[in-house]
Amino acid sequence: MTLLTWTFDSLLGLGLLWLAWRALVCPDLFKAIVLFVAFGLLMALAWVRLAAPDVALAEAAIGAGLTGALLMAALAKLHPSETNDDCAIPSKQNVTKVWSWRCLPALAMLLVTGGLGYVVLSLPPYAAGLSTEVAANLKISGASNPVTAVLLNFRGYDTLLETVVLLLALLGVWSLNGAGLERKAAPSVVLDTLARLLTPILILVAAYLLWVGAHAPGGAFQAGAVLGAAGVLLLLAGWRPRAGLMALPLRLILVAGPAIFVIMAVLTLLIEGQMLEYPPAQAGVLILILETAATVSIGITLAALFLGGEPRQHNPDNNQNKDHT
Amino acid sequence: MSTALLYALVGTGLFSLGLYALIIHAHLLRKILALNIMGSGVFMVLVALAQRTGDAQPDAVPHAMVITGIVVAVSATALALTLMLKLNAESGRAKLLDEEKE
Repeated sequence: MTLLTWTFDSLLGLGLLWLAWRALVCPDLFKAIVLFVAFGLLMALAWVRLAAPDVALAEAAIGAGLTGALLMAALAKLHPSETNDDCAIPSKQNVTKVWSWRCLPALAMLLVTGGLGYVVLSLPPYAAGLSTEVAANLKISGASNPVTAVLLNFRGYDTLLETVVLLLALLGVWSLNGAGLERKAAPSVVLDTLARLLTPILILVAAYLLWVGAHAPGGAFQAGAVLGAAGVLLLLAGWRPRAGLMALPLRLILVAGPAIFVIMAVLTLLIEGQMLEYPPAQAGVLILILETAATVSIGITLAALFLGGEPRQHNPDNNQNKDHT
Repeated sequence: MSTALLYALVGTGLFSLGLYALIIHAHLLRKILALNIMGSGVFMVLVALAQRTGDAQPDAVPHAMVITGIVVAVSATALALTLMLKLNAESGRAKLLDEEKE
C-alpha cells in the first residue's frame, strides 16, 4: 500500500467516523439527516476502495438517496415540537447528571470497540473464503459477474426471501397508515422540469444496470433502487398514478418479483430436483427473467414505501393526470 | 496495516458509535439513524474482511449479502419511520419518556 492510498484511506475512515458522530449528536435533526446522507456518499466511496463496486452502486442509490428521502419525509410529518432533539446536548445545569449516567454506556462501548478491534486484528491476514468456489462455478452460473451469480444463482434463497421482506415491510406500512394518495401541486417549476427530464433517464439507467449486471457491476437491486428513485422524484414533483392503476395492477407488479421467484423455485425443484438450481444451458435466460421481475417489484415497492399509505382513491377528481409507470 | 484491516476497524468503530447513540438518545428518529449507522458498520466489516484474498478478486459472497442487507435495511427503516409517525400522531411526541418523568 503506497503512502498516498494509505493517507486517502485513513482520511476517508476518519471522515466516516466524524460524520457518523456528528449525525448522532447534533441537536438539529434536519442537519443530522443531511450529515447522514453525506455519510452514505462517503460510504459509497469506501466500497469502491474495498473493490466492491456493486455494493457502492447500491449504497449510493439506497443508503444515501432513498434512506435520506424517507428520513426527510418522516421529519416533515413530525410535530414541530419534536423536530429538534434538545436532549442530545445537555444543558448547563444537568451536565454532570447526564454525563454520570452516560459514562456507563460509553465505557461499555469502549470495551465493545476494543473487543471487536482485537477480534478483527487477530484474524488471519489471508482468507480466500468462498471466492475459489465462486470462481470455479462461475462458468455454469449463467452470469459472469460473480456478485450477480451469487445473488441470483448460488444464494438464490437469500434473494427470494429478501424480496419477500420488502413486500412484508410495505404491508406493514400500509396496515399502519391510511390512504396516502392526496395529490399535491408541484412545489416549483424547477422540480417539475427536473422530474420530467430525469425520469426517462433514470428508467434508462435502471434498464442498463439490469442488463449489464450479468457481466459487470450492476444488477436487479441497483436497477430497482434507481427505478425507486425515479418513482420518489415523480412523487415529490406531485405526480400521482391514475386511480385505475392503483388497485389491481399495482398489487400485481408488487407481487411479481417474489411470485416469479417462487414459481421458479417450484419448477426447478420439480425438474432439477433442487430448489433454484438452474440447468446451466438456460441459466442466463432464467436469471434475466428473475432479475427483470425483481427489479420492477423492488423499484415500485421502494417508491410505495416512500409514498407511505396504501394508495386508495377517495376523490375521483384527483385522477386526471397522465399515466405511466 | 492493510486496507482491509483499516476499513474493518473503521467498521467496528461505526458499530460502536451507533450502539452508543442508540442507548443514550431518547428521540426515535435518532435511534433509527443510529441503527442505520450500526448496520453500515457491520456491512463495512463484512466487505473489508472479504478483501483478504491477496491479489485475487475479493470474495463475492459477502458482497452479495451486503447488497441484500442494504435493501432490507431501507425497508426496515421505512417501517420504523412509519411506526414513529404513528406514535407521534397518537401521542404528539416522538421521544421515549424517562421513567422518572412519567
